[in-house]
Amino acid sequence: MFRMAKNNKLMIEILPNKCDFCGCCVGVCPEDAIELKEAEINIIDPRCTNCAKCVWSCPIEVIKFNKEGVPVK
Amino acid sequence: MMKNEYDVIVVGAGPAGSVAAQYAAREGVSVLMLEKDRDVGYPVRCAEAINRRTLIQFIEPDERWINATITKFAFIAPNGIEAVIDFKSIQGYVLERRIFDYELAKQAAADGAEVVTRAYVYDLLFDENETVTGVKVEYRGEQLEIKSKIVIAADGVESRVGKWAGLDTTVDFRDMEACFQVTAANVPVAQDTLYFYFGKKVSPGGYFWVFPKGENTANVGLGVSGAECKKRSSLSYLTENLNRLYPNASILTQIAGGVPCVTTPDKFIADGVMLTGDAARQVNPLSGGGIASGMVGGSIAGRIAGEAIKNNNMQHIYKYKEEWHQARGHMHERFDKFKDVIYDFTDEEFNKIMEKLRALPDEKRTIRKLFMIALANKPSLLVDVAKLFIV
Ligand SMILES: Cc1cc2nc3c(=O)[nH]c(=O)nc-3n(C[C@H](O)[C@H](O)[C@H](O)COP(=O)(O)OP(=O)(O)OC[C@H]3O[C@@H](n4cnc5c(N)ncnc54)[C@H](O)[C@@H]3O)c2cc1C
Ligand code: SF4
Ligand code: SF4
Repeated sequence: MFRMAKNNKLMIEILPNKCDFCGCCVGVCPEDAIELKEAEINIIDPRCTNCAKCVWSCPIEVIKFNKEGVPVK
Repeated sequence: MMKNEYDVIVVGAGPAGSVAAQYAAREGVSVLMLEKDRDVGYPVRCAEAINRRTLIQFIEPDERWINATITKFAFIAPNGIEAVIDFKSIQGYVLERRIFDYELAKQAAADGAEVVTRAYVYDLLFDENETVTGVKVEYRGEQLEIKSKIVIAADGVESRVGKWAGLDTTVDFRDMEACFQVTAANVPVAQDTLYFYFGKKVSPGGYFWVFPKGENTANVGLGVSGAECKKRSSLSYLTENLNRLYPNASILTQIAGGVPCVTTPDKFIADGVMLTGDAARQVNPLSGGGIASGMVGGSIAGRIAGEAIKNNNMQHIYKYKEEWHQARGHMHERFDKFKDVIYDFTDEEFNKIMEKLRALPDEKRTIRKLFMIALANKPSLLVDVAKLFIV
């Protein structure tokens, strides 16, 4: 159902300087694909299935589903 | 400083973690509590309301962390009709959690638990039988392994620790209340009342709250169901409500947050690990209140962990499930059924309910009555109301 192809591109993007580190997205992620520290957040690329649930749950809309993909860091 | 082995390691120093650490330590076992943030109690992702009855089981009320004393609830319908329930006695408090959480951690420390902040747990240790035997923690730039007999995961809404042990705590995004809150000055409201606003325009699939914090400040926030947040962000609803109701508000703090409004998952205990608080989804799914129920869950988890170690019977930790359900779990299952009905109401239905409640004489306006009115056309749920509010 959801696109799996990555080609070294991450499709879910968290705008790091806008995130509030609240953990909503982490709680809904079925793949445990989001790592959250005190003030640092990362998508664990190999686990992410691009299901977009994190995007929908973010209270301040700082996660984006980027169809073009963004480079994996 | 930190040793490399403890009987119990608690991950997360929120109310559930601190109470778990305290109750385990009281059993005479060694306890370490690890918190990823710099401070216990900060940032505060919470509206800070708690009922007095549960609170006093764990800590003596103290004005240093009480901002307001609550004797009334006000419910505001989409059309602006306000119905007030006056309990005529102290029902609860609005806390100052940055001090309250700190005090709970201090109580745990006083009973013998070690507390360490800026300690981020990033993985678990396992033995060959897949029993959890400790944690991996990042502390001061170093990666350490600390062994334990039992890990109590109180890591809040994220609840990753349980997942590492194979416990599925994922919350359906529709049941995650996506929240945004400001603590603001120039919000002139009664200091003895919690205000709850309902309606599709105000806070679909959730509610908008104004909880007094002393003088003219208040926590003003809302939670909307993930299904709604998908369409429009919580932040945009909050901004609109705030501008409409309190255009002169000065924002002192602002935070995002998530409340897992579900019942406890089937499995929240595995060999060597117990989940508690938000991590175990022990929030009241209707109100979103999780401070009190987290402390209840934490106290059971902590005590049972201590007993298991003292008696050298690791299977004893599975008793936690039944005790939790007796204490709160079954009640939350009832509230969860109400939630499904109530958050589905149309604005028109909310208006009618508040009108009916308001029409009642003062002494007949009770929470029980409110549920009776709201669920009047769901006879099967009225039985649940009766069971919940037997007086
Ligand atoms: C906007 C909002 C309003 C709310 N309003 C109310 C209210 O009015 N009344 C009420 O009763 N409840 C309210 N709640 C719910 C309440 O805040 C929570 O239920 C409560 O804080 C849960 O306590 P806890 O100890 O389980 O988790 P938390 O208080 O979230 O504590 C978890 C701790 O674990 C730490 N942690 C997480 N991962 C790790 C890791 N890997 N390593 C180390 N540490 C880690 C976190 O930093 C955190 O300090 C609200 C929630 C929100 C979001
Ligand atoms: S839900 Fe949004 S604000 Fe919260 S941690 Fe995730 S990306 Fe950050
Ligand atoms: S897209 Fe899905 S799998 Fe990927 S991080 Fe978000 S919730 Fe997790």
